[in-house]
Amino acid sequence: MFVNQFLILAAVLFCIGVYGVIARKNAVLVLMSIELILNSVNINLLAFSMRNGSLDGHTFALYIIAIAAAEVGVGLAMVLLMYRNRRSIDLDELSEMKG
Amino acid sequence: MFASDVLVAQNIGFAILATIMVIGALRVVTTSNVVHAALWLVVVLAGAAAQYVLLAAEFVAITQVLVYIGAVMVLFLFGTMLTRARIGAESDLNNKNWFFGIPVAIALFVAMAIALDSGFGSQKMPADAAVATTQEISDQIFGPYLLPFWALSFVLLAAVVGAIVLARRD
Amino acid sequence: MFAEATEAATEVALKSGWFLEHAWVVPVIPALSFFLIIFFGKRMPKKGSEFGVASMLGSLVFAGGAAYQWIQRVNGAPEGAFVSPVVKTWTWWQNSGISFGIGQHVDGLTVAILLVVAFISTLVQIYSLEYLRGDRRYTHFFASLTLFSAGMLNMVVAENMIQLILGWEIMGLCSFLLIGHWWEEGANSRAALKAFFTTRTGDIGLLTGTAILFFSANEWTTKTLGVSGFSIRGLSSWALSGDPGHAAITMGAIALFIAAIGKSGQFPLHTWLPDAMAGPTPVSSLLHSSTMVVAGVFLVARLYPVFFKGMDILGGSANFIVVIGGITIVIAALLAFVQTDIKKVLAYSTVSQLGYMMMGLGAGAWLPAVFHIFTHAFFKACLFLGAGSISHSSSHHSFEMKKDMGGLRKFMPITFGTWIISTLALCGVFPFSGFFSKDEIIDNVGHNGYNVFMYVGLAGAFLTAAYMTRATYLTFFGQPRGASAGEHHEEESHDSHAAHDDHADHGHNAHDSHDAHASQGPHESGWLITVPLIILATLALSSGFLNALPFGEKFENFKKWVEPSAEVVNPTGIAYVVGGVGEARIASETPTEESGHSKSPCGTETPEQGVCAAPQLNHAPFKWSKAAMSMLIVLAGFLLSLFVCIQLYEKKNKKFVGLTERNKVLGFGYKLLVNKYYLDVLYEKIIVRSIAHPISAAVYWFNQKVLDGVVNGAGTTAKGIAGWVYRNIDQRVVDGAVNGTGSVAQGAGSALRPVQSGKVNQYGALLFGAAAIGALVLVIVNT
Repeated sequence: MFVNQFLILAAVLFCIGVYGVIARKNAVLVLMSIELILNSVNINLLAFSMRNGSLDGHTFALYIIAIAAAEVGVGLAMVLLMYRNRRSIDLDELSEMKG
Repeated sequence: MFASDVLVAQNIGFAILATIMVIGALRVVTTSNVVHAALWLVVVLAGAAAQYVLLAAEFVAITQVLVYIGAVMVLFLFGTMLTRARIGAESDLNNKNWFFGIPVAIALFVAMAIALDSGFGSQKMPADAAVATTQEISDQIFGPYLLPFWALSFVLLAAVVGAIVLARRD
Repeated sequence: MFAEATEAATEVALKSGWFLEHAWVVPVIPALSFFLIIFFGKRMPKKGSEFGVASMLGSLVFAGGAAYQWIQRVNGAPEGAFVSPVVKTWTWWQNSGISFGIGQHVDGLTVAILLVVAFISTLVQIYSLEYLRGDRRYTHFFASLTLFSAGMLNMVVAENMIQLILGWEIMGLCSFLLIGHWWEEGANSRAALKAFFTTRTGDIGLLTGTAILFFSANEWTTKTLGVSGFSIRGLSSWALSGDPGHAAITMGAIALFIAAIGKSGQFPLHTWLPDAMAGPTPVSSLLHSSTMVVAGVFLVARLYPVFFKGMDILGGSANFIVVIGGITIVIAALLAFVQTDIKKVLAYSTVSQLGYMMMGLGAGAWLPAVFHIFTHAFFKACLFLGAGSISHSSSHHSFEMKKDMGGLRKFMPITFGTWIISTLALCGVFPFSGFFSKDEIIDNVGHNGYNVFMYVGLAGAFLTAAYMTRATYLTFFGQPRGASAGEHHEEESHDSHAAHDDHADHGHNAHDSHDAHASQGPHESGWLITVPLIILATLALSSGFLNALPFGEKFENFKKWVEPSAEVVNPTGIAYVVGGVGEARIASETPTEESGHSKSPCGTETPEQGVCAAPQLNHAPFKWSKAAMSMLIVLAGFLLSLFVCIQLYEKKNKKFVGLTERNKVLGFGYKLLVNKYYLDVLYEKIIVRSIAHPISAAVYWFNQKVLDGVVNGAGTTAKGIAGWVYRNIDQRVVDGAVNGTGSVAQGAGSALRPVQSGKVNQYGALLFGAAAIGALVLVIVNT
């Protein structure tokens, strides 16, 4: 197996995740796209861990999974708040911070 | 396994999984049904877990399935439910300037592809990679990476408290 | 620096004395007194006149001392030797080779005129104490009078031309101030201006002449005598050396003579003198009869060698000076006949007598002319002061003979007596002083070959006798008229002397007191007035004997003391005696042994060694026959005039009364005389106006069009530029730049504002997009 195949896969997932962050209007879907990105990062870490024969990548990947979980929790709480205040989670409407 | 450079089974396995993952990811960002997007995300996450197995990271794979698919996706679905997302297709889930995402993504992918190609051109994974045992991982966690572990526990605590604070009604 | 001309010679040790050495003090005393009067006069009990009289007495003492010591000096010198003048200079200014000083040049001429000026100034100041009592500008009058004396005395002792010019100009200034003493009346100030401008016209010649002579003579005088070209003795010697070019000395002489014409009232610049009678009578008697007006004559006499060579005197043909002098005698005498103002008669008489002096100088009769200055001063001053006495005490400040005088001999015996003595002196009757001076002029003029002018002089004598008889008759004989008769005159009936009739000036307040004065009638004046009259009349009688040629050479003292000997001297002043000791003088024109004297080459040839200081002149021998003839002419004039006066004024003979109206020729002549030959019209209306008007019009045009145009143009241009700058630069460029930066900032802000949309997606897009580009750049750079 080539190293690159995993890395390229991760890159593809990353870019799709970026596209999702940019393109999606629904806040939940943006969070899902962020999950894609985080997963791509995980794949990357593990690929390198295997290549180098160390376990650092594994540890880090676990930590990322934990962080992602925390982040989703908080993020969805914010989305709920947003829904409660505006009855919508349309990110296009959420532009009161505009300059 | 075969003692050869070309580990045919893993490669085929990788190819199938990769295809499924990419298609799933694409469907996540293009479907017009929120629930479907969540389900496709599950597909991606599952594929990722399988990839982890391929990468001799079984513990991480299990953790992925348990945490990500088991908890995070449930959270997502709860969130979808609580925010009255339309059951079924919705007309506009893309924002006004969705088009700008394409060149950005492509540019990013091109950059990364070139870098990866030039960096890791034809490097191969070591053939004799041992599967990481749980014990080794816990040695790592409670050894060199203890501090991040503690920090992580704080983060989780903060996240829980924060989520409660944010979401409670008063 | 202090430089002294040495006269201590090896052969001839001439005596000197303290007063001679310090003759420069004579003008200094009145000059100091002038300042004292100006600063302290008003506070003094006698209003400053104390300083004036005291200073003039001081000058008189010094002048007298100098005269006495000069006489000693001449008497101590060998017979016929050149008695060098006492010269001193202090360098006043020197620069690039030109230097002039201030100092004294004292010789016989100096001493004679110093005496005259100091003496008459003293008498006039004493006279003015009474005459101007209570005047509105008493102190300033004395100040001006003193300054005048200082100026004239300075001119007389002047060592060089610059100092002479200084004194000349001071005199001109004081003349102006004094003529216009009562300047509140327009006629007086006009007269003062006329005097000033007319003499000023002449002064152009003074400066030009000085310059011409300086530049011609300076080289020779510095080389030979060690003095500058301004020095008087330098110029005199230079003129008689062979050095001067004919053109230079002639031009210089003509220019200087023009100045003399102006100052001494010769034709054609005589018009100011009669008008100058608008001043107070003491002024007329001091300045305009005896002292200032002879300054021109003095100038010619002083620089006589220059004129001698420049005008070619004794050259055989008539020269400029003698012609002008001759013309002046006659026209002034004729004008005296038609005057009704007694002072104007005397003024024209003065002009005529000045003509005599000039004619004498122009004909080579140097000594008689100078002697005539001497004697004329006394009797003319006496006449003027007499006229003042009449106006002061009898005719109520009027000088009109026909209107306000008449028969005054009964009331004013002293004035009458002195008047008669002075008139006789003026007419040249033996043994009064005028005989010895005026007749000598006429005699010498004829003797030197100017026969035409001798007849002119004789005619002048005839006319003088005639018009003085007329004036005397109208004033002192007949019946008192007008103010003399006690009639009260209106103010406006007085013409130019209306200023005199200021009752307030003389302490009278209302008309009642004036009537009280009037009721007193004509009377003799106080002693402050009559004593000077008596003194002057005595001198008019006796001063002639100073040079009484008829009685022999021994009596010719004035000539001995005043006339410079025509010896050739060496430049330091030691005499080269030509032809033996004491034999350098000649008494008659023929260079013979008749009197045993040989003729000096001075004046005709260039001396081989040494320099000349004065030209050789001729002296006519006295003959009683000639004297008798001139006496007859005077008697004829007197009798004829007396006859006409009696017929015209006393008997009112129908044949004479109104003659000028009936007879066309006489009427024309009368009109010509009354209008003063229309010279005033020519000068003022034609010459002055034709020059002044175009100039003033041109200057006005220049002022309005050019100067104002420039100023206005500058203003409009500035305004236009300012407006253009405002509109284009300020509003468009500057404001544009300012506004531009604002709008650029605003535009940039508006352009950049969408970046901050508040939308998360967009932020994410930007973030990842920038990262993508950065990554690409890195990749490209590193591969």
